[in-house]
Amino acid sequence: MTREMTGAEMVIQALKDQGVEHIFGYPGGAVLPIYDELFQQDQIEHILVRHEQGAGHAAEGYARSTGKCGVALATSGPGATNMVTPLTDAMMDSVPIVCITGQVPTHLIGSDGFQECDTVGITRPCTKYNWLVRDVNDLPRVLHEAFYIATTGRPGPVVVDIPKDVQFAVGTYEGPQNGRARTGYEGYRPQVKGDRDAIRKAMDLIATAKKPVFYTGGGVINSGTAACQLLRELVRATGFPITSTLMGLGAYPASDKQWLGMLGMHGTYEANLAMHDCDVMVNIGARFDDRITGRTDAFSPNSKKIHIDIDPSSINKVIRVDVPILGDVAHVLEEMVRLWPSVSHQVDKTALKSWWSEIDHWRSRDSLRYRPNDKVIMPQYAIQRLYELTKDRETYITTEVGQHQMWAAQFYGFEEPNRWMTSGGLGTMGYGLPAALGVQVAHRDALVIDIAGDASVQMTMQEISTAVQYELPMKIFILNNSYMGMVRQWQQLLHGNRLSHSYSEALPDFVKLAEAYGAVGIRAEKPDELDDAIREMINVKRPVIFDCVVANLANCFPMIPSGKAHNEMLLGDDVPEQEMSTAIDEEGKMLV
Amino acid sequence: MNAQLQPTGSAYFLTDLGNEVETHTLSVVVTNEPGVLARVIGLFSGRGYNIDSLTVSETQHEKHLSRITIVTTGLPSVLEQIRHQLDRLVPVHQVADLTVEGGDPLERELALAKVAGTGEARLEALRLAQAFGATTEDATLESFVFQLAGRPREIERFIDLMSEIGLVEVSRTGIAAVTRGAEGIK
Repeated sequence: MTREMTGAEMVIQALKDQGVEHIFGYPGGAVLPIYDELFQQDQIEHILVRHEQGAGHAAEGYARSTGKCGVALATSGPGATNMVTPLTDAMMDSVPIVCITGQVPTHLIGSDGFQECDTVGITRPCTKYNWLVRDVNDLPRVLHEAFYIATTGRPGPVVVDIPKDVQFAVGTYEGPQNGRARTGYEGYRPQVKGDRDAIRKAMDLIATAKKPVFYTGGGVINSGTAACQLLRELVRATGFPITSTLMGLGAYPASDKQWLGMLGMHGTYEANLAMHDCDVMVNIGARFDDRITGRTDAFSPNSKKIHIDIDPSSINKVIRVDVPILGDVAHVLEEMVRLWPSVSHQVDKTALKSWWSEIDHWRSRDSLRYRPNDKVIMPQYAIQRLYELTKDRETYITTEVGQHQMWAAQFYGFEEPNRWMTSGGLGTMGYGLPAALGVQVAHRDALVIDIAGDASVQMTMQEISTAVQYELPMKIFILNNSYMGMVRQWQQLLHGNRLSHSYSEALPDFVKLAEAYGAVGIRAEKPDELDDAIREMINVKRPVIFDCVVANLANCFPMIPSGKAHNEMLLGDDVPEQEMSTAIDEEGKMLV
Repeated sequence: MNAQLQPTGSAYFLTDLGNEVETHTLSVVVTNEPGVLARVIGLFSGRGYNIDSLTVSETQHEKHLSRITIVTTGLPSVLEQIRHQLDRLVPVHQVADLTVEGGDPLERELALAKVAGTGEARLEALRLAQAFGATTEDATLESFVFQLAGRPREIERFIDLMSEIGLVEVSRTGIAAVTRGAEGIK
């Protein structure tokens, strides 16, 4: 369709044409024309957050739980700068977000006008792409291009910065597919199909492996449900063990016998040792992050490595691989599944059997074991109970960042993709609450739980007000140990147990706080009251803040101390004080 | 900045540094739009890569394409990473490592050198300029401005010599580079 309209109308029309149903935003002077257009329609629902960072994370949660693009709207200046954290977060975790910001009128740009900032300059390194639209006739093309770029290839956040006069100006609107190329950038051509020869080479390696392991990441989930289905087919057909990064949880069911649990710094013993000792590693949509590899020169020293990734810059960035396959996970996996029968006769069943018995031996170490306690709630126990009482429902979990996040990853079993939203790359405390908001907007009837820490949750606590306003019955499950637990754990490991500013002094009464916001507050302090309290939380059809008072000084194990290799893990039940304080050597202290 | 100390995209340093650092010339063809240069150099500064020389100008007006020529130094693995990171930028149409693809690419630069002095120094400056094939673009009784175009190394040598005599200032264009033979990068 082609029609004359104002820039502000174009924004709304483009969102409609892109199938957008919900946007998260906060008004201000430089976006008033867009808000005026929002007011005059009811196709797109706008969720008013309490801080722009909340809008960004909500859009992320929305995107990750649906596979669609999240949309956020903010004003110029502080509205845009408050967006920087969620944009960077989305950049690191490859989440498709279109963020629309208002800008001062074009004639004021560069004059240090009220609420002016160089939005495209500030967001350039934290977006996949961004635009400042100076001419209303460019706006429709840019808006459609924004959605295309955000959602294709390796997904990521984009920003469209629109000066106020451009929002008022009248121009010609064109729909998304008006006979034009999807983008004017000829160089932007994400490679989707993998190279056939490389895939064949990979399949030969896989078939002849004696100690193989699948190492999967967020790329599988980004590639879509078909990719997850194909992954399951391939893994089951091969009978190989599979582990995943934090970002990839849910792509493969955690209840399956081939599942080793998460790998990495707080991964399971069996997953990390399988990575270390394997002879063929199949990396599918993961990026050899430093939380995964530990010491790079001691990372899986004896393996041939296959790496499937849509982003060429991820390949050979940290770890040299033997067979790189550039392409979309789903496409490559489809080809692999198709080829498997033609190579499967080469499988050395005896070798595979002894590999599994080695793995089972590591498994029997039960690395997630913790000392139960009947007086205080152990944080691991809290997650286990939460899992048991919610697993049969349609449950979505978000987290903040810290110990509670790792315990959630270790003890909550994810069976399906898109059910787990966590800030992996950037590690943003304050992500989980607004992300839960976004998830609940997308899935009104589902059970959405933000597993939080007492410190993290205070970073974006104000969004509980948004949940109350829109009657979003999300649950904030706080593992309250009165500490920034992960900071404290590192201070114990690295800094002679000098707990510098990691105690949560003057914590609010979370139950009263919930009530003050018009939400429901629940507290559990003893293990024997936990189940009833969780049931109550689930049954309340309103937003809940659950103050789960847990053991103060529990630490998160297993752990690969920084600067160490996969086979140098610290296990929880046998770490004496002395070993804790010397676990990280001088070189490791420099690392994060 | 020392390329050997560059983190490789993580908090950990590659301990296996492999071979020596190399200097490569990259040609980057980009859509000529506001901010495109900032994207390219922001990538270099943000990821800690080196820029030894940078030249940019629109080269295909009808297509709004600019060509950025970057001379950079790093380990082979870092250079490979630079190429991929550049290629990932949306307005980048093509990245070519001329040092790899072109074998021995033609690399030329232009310099304007202002030299001041009287007497023997002045004569020596003129003689040197002649020997290098530099042209005299401006002259006063106590100064010259020479223009020299050529290989970067030649220009380097010319400037070294002139600084002995009375070099006041120098302005260099940075390197323009193409591969030899009939094939273009585009």
